[in-house]
Amino acid sequence: MIALLIRDLRLAVRAGGGFGLGLSFFLIVTVLVPFGVGPETGLLAKIAPGILWIGALLSCLLSLDRIFALDFEDGSLDLLATAPVPLEGAVLVKAIAHWLTSALPLVVAAPLLGILLSLPAEGFRWVFVSLLLGTPALSVIGTFGAALTVGIKRGGLLLSLLVLPLYVPTLIFGAEVARRGAEGLAVETPLMLLAGISLGALAFLPFAAAAVLRMNLR
Amino acid sequence: MSIWEYANPVKFLRLTDKLLPPLAILSIVTLTIGLVWGFFFTPDDFRQGSTVKIIYLHVPAALMAINAWLMMLVASLIWIVRRHHVSALAARAAGPVGAVMTIIALATGAIWGQPMWGTWWAWDPRLTSFLILFLFYLGYIALWEAIEDSDTAADLTSILCLVGSVFAVLSRYAVNFWNQGLHQGASVMRAGAFAGDTEERVSNVFAIPLFVSMAGFFLLFLTLVLLRTRTEIRSRRIKALLAKERAA
Repeated sequence: MIALLIRDLRLAVRAGGGFGLGLSFFLIVTVLVPFGVGPETGLLAKIAPGILWIGALLSCLLSLDRIFALDFEDGSLDLLATAPVPLEGAVLVKAIAHWLTSALPLVVAAPLLGILLSLPAEGFRWVFVSLLLGTPALSVIGTFGAALTVGIKRGGLLLSLLVLPLYVPTLIFGAEVARRGAEGLAVETPLMLLAGISLGALAFLPFAAAAVLRMNLR
Repeated sequence: MSIWEYANPVKFLRLTDKLLPPLAILSIVTLTIGLVWGFFFTPDDFRQGSTVKIIYLHVPAALMAINAWLMMLVASLIWIVRRHHVSALAARAAGPVGAVMTIIALATGAIWGQPMWGTWWAWDPRLTSFLILFLFYLGYIALWEAIEDSDTAADLTSILCLVGSVFAVLSRYAVNFWNQGLHQGASVMRAGAFAGDTEERVSNVFAIPLFVSMAGFFLLFLTLVLLRTRTEIRSRRIKALLAKERAA
């Protein structure tokens, strides 16, 4: 499983465009928002946590179809399914690799982009923490979505349609943590619920994803 | 004699052949009674005036929108566990019907909300969770359409339905986080439907036609799902026949 993780990481780095592309997308979305709503500092500071969350979520979404598509095309997914490692484990590793290559850079970059949106000083810490806790859920849910649509030609749009509604609870709690943090309110409750969603998704969704992968490989 | 006998498509078709015409008539009659009674023979609400009468469309549609998803969930579970094709096809048939019910609930809610709350839409927990439910319906239907092999499609959509149910419930309670919102809490079923009138409860003058409308919507849903399931079974048969012809 560690070998698989290293392989996936190496592929993501060497294929190019892996996290570079996601990060650039995140940057562009964040830059576009002031163009759309106007450069008023007070307004931007108010909506900054939500924008950072939505930007991170969309950039996460962009890289989802890469999780299984290439392996499905060249047949290595079949080998993985027949390997002695349980497929659930392989799916979890894939999700972790996706998180490390696509989501973690976003988490690190989000506070920096917060400067562009004049995020209040209190908010930087909580945007970072909420994204750190919430993005694992995004990756695992996305892996499930990618597993669902792996057999479909041009499934990218369908993947978004399936995955985005599943992202709703994570987004609500994550953005709530960031917003409350930025306004200096107590954040414990949404923070715990966010962590709960992440842990629950990590615990259960690999099984669902492995089940749908097996169906797709039949 | 158990319900599982009707997992056989032939028996299912034979049963629904007999069942459908009376069901269709019954649902038309019940709907007509419920809606006409509701629209023309109930007094106006003392505060809301005649706008209250949209309740006879709004509440039953919302009720069926949720219950259609529940039915899809049960049918998907049956497909996963016992692999009865009729069950998978019934889940598929219920999808669009449920989606339309959700649209009706949202649209009548907006029409009702405009004069009462002064707004077509508010990000109220109940409204938001219905919108999310609608998105789940869309995803479910789109996944069915996208996959060619019908068994794989049934497998994948049923897993999506299971996972989606969990996340739909999560979203339902996650949106509560903002505030209570404009929509009132449950008041129709509270404190025993036909028990004494209290301040908290919808009065029987309004409640009884509402229950008739609910029954009508339920019967309509049942009729449509059975009809659509029959269509699905037949279209699958046609596909099989065509495949056989091509092979011969």
